[in-house]
Parts: sequence; structure tokens; C-alpha cells
Amino acid sequence: MNHVRVRDDECKGCAVCVSVCPKGCLEMSGKLNTMGYEYVQFIRGVACTACGLCFLSCPEPSALTVLAEQEVE
Amino acid sequence: MIGQVQKFGKSHSFYDIYERKGEGEQSTHYCPGCGHGTIQKLIAQAIDDLKIQDRTIFLSPVGCSVFAYYYYDTGNIQCSHGRAPAVATGVKRTVKDAIVISYQGDGDLAGIGMTEIVHAANRGEPITVFFINNAIYGMTGGQMAPTTPLGRKTLTTPFGRDRDRDGMPMGMAELMQAIAAPVFIERCSVATPKELLKTRKAVHKALQNQIDGKGFSFVEILSPCPTNWGMTPVDARTWMDQQMTLLYPLGNFRDAVVQQEEQPAEHEVPLWLDDEALVELLKGASDVPVMRMEPLSETQRVKIAGFGGQGVLSAGELVATCGMSEGLAVSWLPSYGPEMRGGSANVSVTLSMDEVGSPLVDHPNVLLVMNGPSLDHFEDQVVEHALVLVNSSIVTRKVRRTDVRTIYIPATELAQEAGLVSAANVVMVTAYLLISKAIPLDTLKRCIPLVLRKKAFLEKNLSLVERTMVYLQENGMV
Repeated sequence: MNHVRVRDDECKGCAVCVSVCPKGCLEMSGKLNTMGYEYVQFIRGVACTACGLCFLSCPEPSALTVLAEQEVE
Repeated sequence: MIGQVQKFGKSHSFYDIYERKGEGEQSTHYCPGCGHGTIQKLIAQAIDDLKIQDRTIFLSPVGCSVFAYYYYDTGNIQCSHGRAPAVATGVKRTVKDAIVISYQGDGDLAGIGMTEIVHAANRGEPITVFFINNAIYGMTGGQMAPTTPLGRKTLTTPFGRDRDRDGMPMGMAELMQAIAAPVFIERCSVATPKELLKTRKAVHKALQNQIDGKGFSFVEILSPCPTNWGMTPVDARTWMDQQMTLLYPLGNFRDAVVQQEEQPAEHEVPLWLDDEALVELLKGASDVPVMRMEPLSETQRVKIAGFGGQGVLSAGELVATCGMSEGLAVSWLPSYGPEMRGGSANVSVTLSMDEVGSPLVDHPNVLLVMNGPSLDHFEDQVVEHALVLVNSSIVTRKVRRTDVRTIYIPATELAQEAGLVSAANVVMVTAYLLISKAIPLDTLKRCIPLVLRKKAFLEKNLSLVERTMVYLQENGMV
């Protein structure tokens, strides 16, 4: 399964990633982080294609990391 | 074996930790949804891909992006306002192998530094300029920039930008196109994923040109400023996609010249303000009801601190307005500039029976802290027996000082319950005024509409005041 890792405390809750994801894999969590922002969360078991649009559009350098499933040694 | 590998993640050209302030060491100082972060990631990625990190000298401008040097693990110079192209010229001519990036906003490049950019372009300096156009002066709080669209209301154009009074919005890519020397001119945007991918390409190309020694490359990138536009980050991008690109058409300008269509001003606005209009504009101050003066037991030296966006400054304004309304001498001094973006903003308020000599509050006797870093910063500065109010929804630790009176209030939770996620400031001010008895509750209620002017939220704000009072009573705090 592909996966988007969210660092809760770096997310500022702008929701741009939620709006650009073509598969609807991200949603607002309803929870606040230490900065007081409502952070996003990855919806498990959905059709993430690891396209990276969420990462590209996110204004934070490391709030999101996209992990792709592939053959590894 | 099947496993997960990182496909998109933080660029190596960024520092691992940003040592700007104590807090949020992994996040930037930008507001939620700011375009700067997205664009700076694209540039960092290009620096990674082109393997030029050790040769890159990144020039920070004046503006919200002034702190780029905290993020880029490259050479960094912070330039005087608008002068980055001149600095770039000097650096590039001295260190020919350096990859010099001039990163400038529209206030910096098109306003204050117009001369420098035009002449650097005209000389064809072999540098790369990224021009971030968000059509407003962001850092200073939203004044009109040369790029501001007609009709757009800003702090300095309260009736909207007018063509005859303020001039037309300036297309910098078009202006560059009129100069013969540049080798690459493109305007792109970060509004949509499709445009983002084009921007990534243009950023890459503009840097590759410099590596190849081709000449002056200019990439204008349309970027959102949700905070000063008064839009949500998502709405700001939609607006850019649908409206801003009409004014600033996207595309590569060296291959195809895009003619900018003149947009006539159709709205009717006064060109100059007469006295009556000025009075109308400044009416807020005259609406403050002057009340019988209650003696104040002690001069209130108040410090309110929290993240930018928590309403710290308006909390201070609210306290000061209440003081004025009671006939007290007051001062209100906000912290200023990019320090407020994402970091700890703070405001100093003095309420006094006598004239206020200095608005500075170095040793407060009242401290309202909205977030953890503010407590860390100001805890040691308060005087003995000071009143310290802590927003316990966000501040997780306890106050260490034992010689002060400490009150913990879950301000963000109370505000959220009332349906006003950003109104923790109202809770904090209410609690302070009730506990200290500095200002009567009625005065606070009367002053709220003067400071928190969004009429739609007035009822909710007032009921939040009541809710806070009940909470304080239930917990034996008043």
C-alpha cells in the first residue's frame, strides 16, 4: 500500500493537500496540534497512487512524506 | 520483497532543523497556506536535482521570505529592500562559478527595487530571478503593491485600487519582455497541481540556464497570500486560478508574447478623500463610549503573547479600547513584521490612571499566554505577584514561577465549543478582566463590536463572554 506520512506538529491545517488529492486520500483530522492548528490525516486503505501532488502543493518542507510500495532488496 | 520507499520528501537543500526560534523547529514561519513555502520547496528540489547545493548563493529579500536563510542549507545573503539584483550582480561577477538566486516578492522587486531589477535584466546578468507575485505587501500587513489588481481593497486603498489615483497593476513579465537581454522569461502559478508542475519545470530551466552560463532568467510565480487577501488557502488558490490569471496571463514570454488586456475601472470611487469621507473612515475611534472613570487599583502592564493568527493583537486592542472607554490612559504596542508570522506574536498594553510615559512593557504584571513558546519567553519577565493566565488547551506545561498568581483556562476549547475556533483571545481577555476587575463586564461587551468588527460573529462572541464567565464561576476563579 502507498502511504502519506503526516507529521502532525508541522501541519498548519491549510487543507490545500486535501483539495488537490485526486483520490480523496486526505482529510482534516478534527484534532489540534501543539501549534493549535487542525492537522490533516491520511485515510488508510484508500487508493493512494503516490502521485505526490499533496507533497508538491504543501507549503511545509516536511509535513508530508509520500511513501510508495515497490520492490526492495 | 515488497516494501515502502520514500518517493516525495524533504529536500536535502533544506536544513534538518530550523534554528529560528525555540518552537516548531521543523516548520516554517509562514502562515497556513502561504505560497512561499510551496515555491521554496520547488527551488530546493531543483537545487537537489541539479546538484548545485554547494555552489548556490540564495539571496533573501525584505518581506515575509526574509527568513529563507534559516531554511536553505546553501550560501545565504540577506539584501536591503529591493536591492537583491544589485547584490546578485556583485556576487556573480566576483564568484563566477556561483549559482546566484535572487528570490524577491512584488513589493520588493516591482515596488522598492524596480530600478535594480530593470538594470540587472538590461545588463543581462547571468543570474536567476524568482519573482513571487502575491499582489500585496504581505509582511507589513497588506498594503497596496504595484501588482495589486484594480478595485482590490488593501490597507492603503480602503475603497479599492483606483486606476487614476493609484495606477494600473504592473505586469513584470511583460516589462521584462520589453528588454532585449533576458534569455528566459516565464510566468507561472502555484494555484493548481497542473500549474505547479509547470512551475517546477520553469524553476528547473531557469537554474539550468545559469549553470550553462546562458544569461538572465526571470520566472514570475503567482502566489497566494491567504492572510492578507482574507481568504482560506483553498479559496485563495481558486481565486488565483479564475481571476488573477486574467490579469497576469501565464505562459512562456520568450516564445510567445501575451498581450495584457487593459481592465477599465468600472466601480465609482472617490479619487481623493474629503473631510466627511475621512471622518466616516475613522469613525471607529469616535464610537468609543466614554464612561465614568473607576479608579484603577494598580497600573496594568499587560503582555499578551501567542502564535500569529490567534488574535493576539486584537486581544490587546480589545483591552486598550475597554480602557479608553473607561476614561483611562492607554497604550497599545504590537510586535511587528515577519516575527509575527507563525512565530510568537506579542502585544503590550498599558492601562493607567496617569499619562503613559512609554508604551514598552518589559516587566508585565499581567501576562496572557496563548501558546507554549510564549510562556517560555515571558515567564521570567513578569514581576512578583503578577497575574499569569495560561491557555491550557495549547500550553501543556505548568508555570514554574511560584511567586505569581496563575490561572489555567482551556480557552481554545471553550472557543471551539462556541463555534468560534479562532476566538480563544476573547476568552482570555474576558477571564483577565473578570479576575483582575480592571474593567467591568458591561464595558467589555460594549467594546467587542468596536474591535471585532465581523458582524456575523458578534452574537457568538458575546455568548462566548458569558460562557467564559460561567466557566470561571464554576471553577471558583472569580
